Amino acid sequence: MASGVKPRVKAPKSASAGEVVTLKTLISHKMETGLRKDGDGNVIPRSIINRFTCELNGNMVVDVTMEPAISVNPYFEFKAKVDATGEFKFTWYDDDGSVYEAASPVTVG
Amino acid sequence: MKITRRDAVAMGIGATAMAVLPMRAMAAIDELVNDFTGGADIGTGDISLDAPEIAENGNTVPIGVSAPGAEEVILFAPGNPTPPVATFKFGPAAGEQAASTRIRLAKTQDVLAIARMADGSFIQTTATVKVTIGGCGG
Repeated sequence: MASGVKPRVKAPKSASAGEVVTLKTLISHKMETGLRKDGDGNVIPRSIINRFTCELNGNMVVDVTMEPAISVNPYFEFKAKVDATGEFKFTWYDDDGSVYEAASPVTVG
Repeated sequence: MKITRRDAVAMGIGATAMAVLPMRAMAAIDELVNDFTGGADIGTGDISLDAPEIAENGNTVPIGVSAPGAEEVILFAPGNPTPPVATFKFGPAAGEQAASTRIRLAKTQDVLAIARMADGSFIQTTATVKVTIGGCGG
């Protein structure tokens, strides 16, 4: 598990039915590109978050495949359509096999 | 004229380098694009890239892409050592087929976005971003 990885999401707690809301997600991660060399001249191996998904009540909002060109501490902003009360689930997949998750409930009313 | 072995090797390497270098960069991005489109024609349409004209720090360049009606959008930075940047798939719960993120750009280049529309067609757009300090660790 990469150390110090912390996900943070900004999602509304409530919305009206069918409303389009903005979601912002951030996860602290070094996103080692595999192109840097250490002091001895050895290549530091790639170690990045390679995938991020967001779903709402089991429906996919966005599924992002990420490459080393994504900056450190990957940030994504996107919109979701809230049809029913439920929960946003955010998942990040690390090259090393770790999976980081966050969830945010949303109420339609 | 006698060409020494050393000359021949130097000429050979020189010639190959000349031919291969620019071609390799072009070929690499063409191949990546083909992998995504399956060789289909790419047109223009309702797809836009929101990127700064000048990125002060190549390590974190804010970029947004929007393609209403797209199912999948792929982003390339052809001037980077590894051009693929991200692929966004939009699902039924997406509010808009748009997303913003921050990317690394090694040098001034035309960022490329290609969208696969729901009807299977492809459209693309590019945005020139001038980079003052490269962001790929080099």
